[in-house]
Amino acid sequence: MENFSAPIVHIKNLTKSYRRGGQIVSVLTDITFDIPSGEFIALMGPSGSGKSTLLNLIAGIDKPDSGTLKVGGIDIAILSEGDLADWRAANVGFIFQFYNLMPVLTAFENVELPLLLTQLSYKERRERVELALIMVGLSDRMEHYPSELSGGQQQRVAIARAFITDPVILVADEPTGDLDRTSAGEILAILDRLNSEMEKTIIMVTHDPHAAKTAHLIRYLEKGQLDVAD
Amino acid sequence: MTIPFSYIIRNLVTRKVTTLLTAGGMALVVFVFATVLMLEEGLRKTLVETGSPDNVVVTRRSAGTEIQSVISRDQAAIVENQPEVAYGASNMRLTSKETIVLISLTRRDSDKSSNVLIRGVGQTGILLRPQVKIINGRMFRPGLSEIIAGKSIADRYKGAGIGEKLRFGKREWTVVGIFDAGKTGFDSEIWGDVDQLMQAFRRSVYSSVILKMSDPAAFQKLKVRIEGDPRLTLEAKKESVFYAEQSQLLSNFIRYLGVALSSFFSVGAIIGAMITMYASVANRIMEIGTLRALGFRRKNNLSAFLTESLILGAAGGIVGLVLASFMQFFTISTMNWQSFSELAFGFTLNLSIIIKSFVFALIMGLIGGFLPAVQAAHLSIVDSLRAA
Repeated sequence: MENFSAPIVHIKNLTKSYRRGGQIVSVLTDITFDIPSGEFIALMGPSGSGKSTLLNLIAGIDKPDSGTLKVGGIDIAILSEGDLADWRAANVGFIFQFYNLMPVLTAFENVELPLLLTQLSYKERRERVELALIMVGLSDRMEHYPSELSGGQQQRVAIARAFITDPVILVADEPTGDLDRTSAGEILAILDRLNSEMEKTIIMVTHDPHAAKTAHLIRYLEKGQLDVAD
Repeated sequence: MTIPFSYIIRNLVTRKVTTLLTAGGMALVVFVFATVLMLEEGLRKTLVETGSPDNVVVTRRSAGTEIQSVISRDQAAIVENQPEVAYGASNMRLTSKETIVLISLTRRDSDKSSNVLIRGVGQTGILLRPQVKIINGRMFRPGLSEIIAGKSIADRYKGAGIGEKLRFGKREWTVVGIFDAGKTGFDSEIWGDVDQLMQAFRRSVYSSVILKMSDPAAFQKLKVRIEGDPRLTLEAKKESVFYAEQSQLLSNFIRYLGVALSSFFSVGAIIGAMITMYASVANRIMEIGTLRALGFRRKNNLSAFLTESLILGAAGGIVGLVLASFMQFFTISTMNWQSFSELAFGFTLNLSIIIKSFVFALIMGLIGGFLPAVQAAHLSIVDSLRAA
C-alpha cells in the first residue's frame, strides 16, 4: 500500500484559526506541502508559529478550517468524529513531551492500551507488548508503574505505545523537551531506528536543533507560514 | 473494547481517602434507608404473623381495633354458634370471647411507665393461637386471679416476671406463667381468664370474639352472614388481615419518615459524589485527552467515569447494608398508635430490602457521576492535552 512515489501526507491550502476571547486568531495560513512515506521530518519554529497545531491536524485530533489534508490517501478532514477516532487508533502513533502515560497502569498495561481497540486476543497482545518493550530496552520494567521509571524510561514506554499498533505515521510533539541530554539521545536513537529499520514515517515538532538534526528533513514554520530549509 | 476496568479501579484505589469518604457518606445514607425499611418490615412481620389465616376476628362494625370494640353477651353467643366454627377435642367449639384492657406498667430499666395490653381469653383462647407456648410456669387457672405474661413484657416490666404480682382492677394478680408467642404481637400482651378480668374491671361486654373456621374457604359466607344479621352490628375479618391493618398507621409513618429522611441525606451524598467525580475529572484531563487521541471514543470516557461513580455507589451500598444487617440483633418497642399499647418488634432484613437499598446506592452513584462524566466526555482532545 505504501508507495514511495506517493506522499503519505498531502496538505494543500490548509488554514486553521482559533477563537480566543472573542477574536479570531489565524494560526495556519494556506499551508501546502507533502511528506513522503518513510520520511523523518522535523517541524521547527518559534512558539506560537503553529507547528503543534499542524501536527495535531495531521494526527487527526483537530480539524482544519479549509484546505485538503490527506493521510495515507484518506481525506481525514471530512471524517466524522467516530470514524476519525477509529482512524487514529489504526494509523497514528502519538509521542508527547510529558509522555502522557496513565499513572495507574504499569508499563505493560500502558503499551497494551491501544491494542484494546483491536480484535487481538490477550495472548497476541501480550506477545506484541513484550516485543515492543524489548525493542525499547525495557523488558525488565514491564510491571513498573510510570512513577517508578525515569523520564527517559517513561518516554521509551510512550514510544512503545506509539508503535504497538504498527501505525502509518508517528507524531512526536517535543519528545525530548523534558529530558536530559543522555536520555534525549537515547530517545532520538530509538526514533531513528523506527524510521530506518521499520520505515515508519515520523513527524516531530521540536525546539531543539540537536534533536532536529536526527530528522532527515527540517521544515520551519513562522507565523503560520512554511519556510523551506535544507 | 472499552477503557480497562483495572484503570477505573486503580484510580479509585489511588485516591484512597477521597474514595473512602465518598463511599462512606453513601454507606451512611444506605444504612438509614435500609434500617427504616427493616423497621417497617419488622413491624409488618410481627403483626401479620400474629394472625392465623384460619382464625376470624369479630369486632363491632367500624371499630377498627379490639380496644374500641364492644360485643354484648347475646351477640357473642350468636357468633359462637355459627356453623363454620371448628370443633376441637371433646367436641369443644374453638371460639374465644375476649376482652381487652389497657393498664399502665412501670419499666424495669427506668421509672417510666407504658400502656400494656391485658387480654382476657376463654378456655380455648390458647388453642386458637398455636404459636403461643408456655415456656416457664403454667397456664392460668380459670376462676382465679392468675395471669400469664408474654416474654417481651416479662423481661421489660416490673411485676410481670414469673411468681411476681401485679395490682390492677382492684385485685392482686399472680404471674404463674411466661409465654413465647414466636415474636408476634402476643409477646407484648398479658393474658388472664376473661370472666375474672371482666369482673375485676366491672365490664359486661366483650371486646372481640375469635373463632377458628373448620374450612377457611368458607370465610366469605360467614362474613356475609355475620355482617348481614340485623341483630349484630359486627364485622368479621380474617385474623391475619386484622393484624396487618393494625400495623398500617405506624408502618406508613415509619416508611414516609424514613424515605423522606433518606431522600434529604441522599442529596448530600450525591453532592459529595459529584464533587469527588468532578475532582477526578479535573485531575485526569490530560489522561482523558490522551485516551481520546489513542482512539478511545467519547462514550468510552463517559462510561469509564460513570462506572467509577457506580463503583463508589456499590461500595457504599454494600457497606451500608452490612452495617444495617447488624440491626437485626436489636429489638425496639414503641406504642402502636392503633391499639395504644406497647409493641415490641425487631429489624427484619430480606432480599427485597437488600435489592432496594443496593439500587438506591447505585442511583446515588449514577446521579453523582453523571454530570462529571458528561464533562469528561465533552472535553476537546487538543484542550485536554494542553492541560498537561
